[in-house]
Amino acid sequence: MLEPVQLAKFGVTELEAQHALDRLNVRDVDYADLYFESRTSESVSMEEGIVKRAAKSVSQGVGVRATAGEKTGFAYSDELTKKDLEIAADTARYIANSPQGASPVPVPTQRRPTRDLYPIERAKAEVATADRVALLNAIDAEARRYDPRIKNVMASFNTEYKVVAVATSDGTLVGDIQPLSRLQITCIAEDGDNRQVGSFGGGGRVGFEYYLEDNRHLSYAREAAREAILNLSAVDAPAGVMPVVLAGGWPGILLHEAIGHGLEADFNRKKTSAFSSLIGKRVASDVCTIVDDGTLPFRRGSLNMDDEGTPTSCTTLIEKGILRRYITDKLNARLMGIPLTGNGRRENYQSVVLPRMTNTFMLAGESDPQDMIRSVKRGLYAVSFGGGQVDITSGKFVFSASEAYLIEDGQITKPVKGATLIGSGPEILTKVSMVGHDLKLDNGIGTCGKDGQSVPVGVGLPTIKIDEITVGGTQR
Amino acid sequence: MHQGQRGTEPATITNGYAQLAANVLARAKACGATEADIVVADGETFSVQVRVGTVDRLTKAREKRLGLRVFIRKRSATTSTSDFSQDSLERLIADTCTLARAVVEDDVSGLPDAAQMAADQPSLDLYDETVLDTETQIDWAKRGEAAAFAADPRITNSEGAEFDSSSGRVVLANSHGFVGSYKSSNFSLSVSPIATESTTGAMQRDAWYEVQRKFARLASAESIGQEAARRAVRRLGARKVATKRVPVVFDQDMAGSLLANLCGAISGYGLYKRASFLLDQLGQTIASDLMTVYDDGRMAGGLGSRPFDGEGLATRKNTIVERGVLRSYLLDTYSGRKLGLPSTGNASRSVGESPSVGPTNFYLVPGLKSAQEIIGSVKEGLYVTELIGFGINMVTGDYSRGASGFWIENGELAYPVEEITIAGNLKQMFKDIEVIGSDLVFRGRIASPTLKISELMVAGN
Repeated sequence: MLEPVQLAKFGVTELEAQHALDRLNVRDVDYADLYFESRTSESVSMEEGIVKRAAKSVSQGVGVRATAGEKTGFAYSDELTKKDLEIAADTARYIANSPQGASPVPVPTQRRPTRDLYPIERAKAEVATADRVALLNAIDAEARRYDPRIKNVMASFNTEYKVVAVATSDGTLVGDIQPLSRLQITCIAEDGDNRQVGSFGGGGRVGFEYYLEDNRHLSYAREAAREAILNLSAVDAPAGVMPVVLAGGWPGILLHEAIGHGLEADFNRKKTSAFSSLIGKRVASDVCTIVDDGTLPFRRGSLNMDDEGTPTSCTTLIEKGILRRYITDKLNARLMGIPLTGNGRRENYQSVVLPRMTNTFMLAGESDPQDMIRSVKRGLYAVSFGGGQVDITSGKFVFSASEAYLIEDGQITKPVKGATLIGSGPEILTKVSMVGHDLKLDNGIGTCGKDGQSVPVGVGLPTIKIDEITVGGTQR
Repeated sequence: MHQGQRGTEPATITNGYAQLAANVLARAKACGATEADIVVADGETFSVQVRVGTVDRLTKAREKRLGLRVFIRKRSATTSTSDFSQDSLERLIADTCTLARAVVEDDVSGLPDAAQMAADQPSLDLYDETVLDTETQIDWAKRGEAAAFAADPRITNSEGAEFDSSSGRVVLANSHGFVGSYKSSNFSLSVSPIATESTTGAMQRDAWYEVQRKFARLASAESIGQEAARRAVRRLGARKVATKRVPVVFDQDMAGSLLANLCGAISGYGLYKRASFLLDQLGQTIASDLMTVYDDGRMAGGLGSRPFDGEGLATRKNTIVERGVLRSYLLDTYSGRKLGLPSTGNASRSVGESPSVGPTNFYLVPGLKSAQEIIGSVKEGLYVTELIGFGINMVTGDYSRGASGFWIENGELAYPVEEITIAGNLKQMFKDIEVIGSDLVFRGRIASPTLKISELMVAGN
């Protein structure tokens, strides 16, 4: 079981934390917290067959927040003395502009997180640089062995070890240790003047041994090489509205962009989302059930607790096509009078908490993926994607294929060049006619951006058929 | 409004950091480093977001960070920390040297030659001493948002207005004895209103913003709010169009995004890794002969200006494209050596990372036509005002992005459009630039006038 994180780790006493919270205890402040964070991140990267770069970064600080109604006052400091905590607290409470509160803040009581989703010993999280170098060298050799047309391999291995503690005005003190790692590979293939790129990667809240199990690192290398070689024979993508079959796993980025962001509570409280006031309404076909689940062991998007100390949970967003729930942090749950889902996240102590996704995926259905392909006369089969983006207010979203094929008369035929798919969030899932029995979660590479803050997330999808979506290729 | 001097005496702190840097460099040398450089940066930030007339979020902070890069002959590593205590720095220096010993020798790695270090460090008008009090900044955000609401009854909601001010200092020193420093500041206001169509309830959001090094140069809060409202309202009633090949006019910001793609393609790192669609094109025609592009690191008050780059080389004005011919890549020392070329003074450095390459003030020289005249020249086509997504393949130049804007019919903006894509290949798109507008305005480090591309595939219905 996880040992509780002590404030002493940050050179702060519980009394000092309580003292700072007490300064935030003015009449109109309904909630305040202190978020202590210490983070060590390391990376090694290779290109041109040599591991050239190694980097390490260490940071520590505290974010101090007070909320009064809809207002948030926030300050942060990379110094953790009593005086710095006081200055930050005085800044944060500026928004309340009211006299000292009558009742004293409770002394924070230490709680343990209720889960232990990524039990990695510190010793195992620390990887000797020589081992990282050896991992990347093996990847380079494997990718080049896959095909002599692979002319360059760029690979990086990043790890992060984060210790956090949250002390709140409602009297709790809870901490977590959050390891995270990721291996990313990009290959360049050349055949005469034709040059193409392929990428693959994976990771999670896992230790170094994960990458070596069953030579997982080598299979990543072959996947990146395969995609680059495949793209050498890709033809121009079609343009216009057509049926699209999405493979399982990472194409779940569709859910993240099309509906996930639109269901974050802040946009709905402010009524700036295309999904505002659609709770209880149909937003997807009845074969679609979609959840956001922060409780999956070792997953990149998982957390024992969110960054406000709330245990994460599995929230059903859409049940058989009906919109059920938004994802919330404390501020928005309180203001909207809806359940707290444990989705209050922040990039680091320098950023404010926002409602954010964890692992977002569609539950398996009953269709056979082969039947979906067979049912399409002319369309696209998309297997892998780069990034995506959404306009929350209009609901329009895009995501860009990096590996896709034409479907002609029920058969997968030629690979096509990458193309952007564009649709409307509240409509697209009503056009999902078949959901496969083959739910797959992604490999652990997702990073979500919102208001300039990046947080790790996961996605997942069974194979699905979308009857029509606009494909942004160049050919009629 | 309260104006005055910032609290601490800046020169003292700069000297303190220079001394700190000298100490760290000396300790690194004692640990076995053959060369090293160090960046120390600090700053203060203030940000206030107002939404529907009340303060939504107020953020204030001071921060500092130190980044160290060491070379042990041809091996190198980079580290950073926010903890400047003696113990922490000793640990950092030891860690950096250990990391450097663990990586592989890289023949071209190393600092720039000592003779190349910037000899002069001109003041480029990057710093404003103005200190704004909290109420003034809240007032700016409130007035910006209020102006958007007042501009049109269809503005019914808001994602808010944000006023930011920040100032900071950078000190860069290396084992050649170079020590450089400069201060800079930024003031910005952005307003993001939401317009609602009364009949359907459909919403559209847009935004307008301005950033300046000097507070006094900021346009009025009212004008920024009004422009934001105009942009949101004009999107109401947007529809899809049929899939077809048409001429496409890019507004200033969207044309700027094409220039940003050009920046990426001529960055030394993409080139030596063979991950760019513009390999081996120096001296070749890569664009329409209407196109001339400069990168000027010493433009007074420029948002991308700095007296020296991330390695301490003097910034300068480089001709990037001259009447369609590629004249220069963007290079730092490392990527330049890989390509057998000198650095162009474009090393960009975030504390804690080894240098990469970035533009300074990168801009397309304006032509003679107004945006109105350019739109007027199109019989049927698309005027793009927003692009979303990441559908750009830098290796091949293949381009496919989500777009919204206006359909042009007989030289007029006929109606707003959305949920469409534009697709082509950047190599061809730069050559197909048919007209360049006269409306160059610097709103960021990359700037472009309106431009017209003769034809792209628009995918819709």
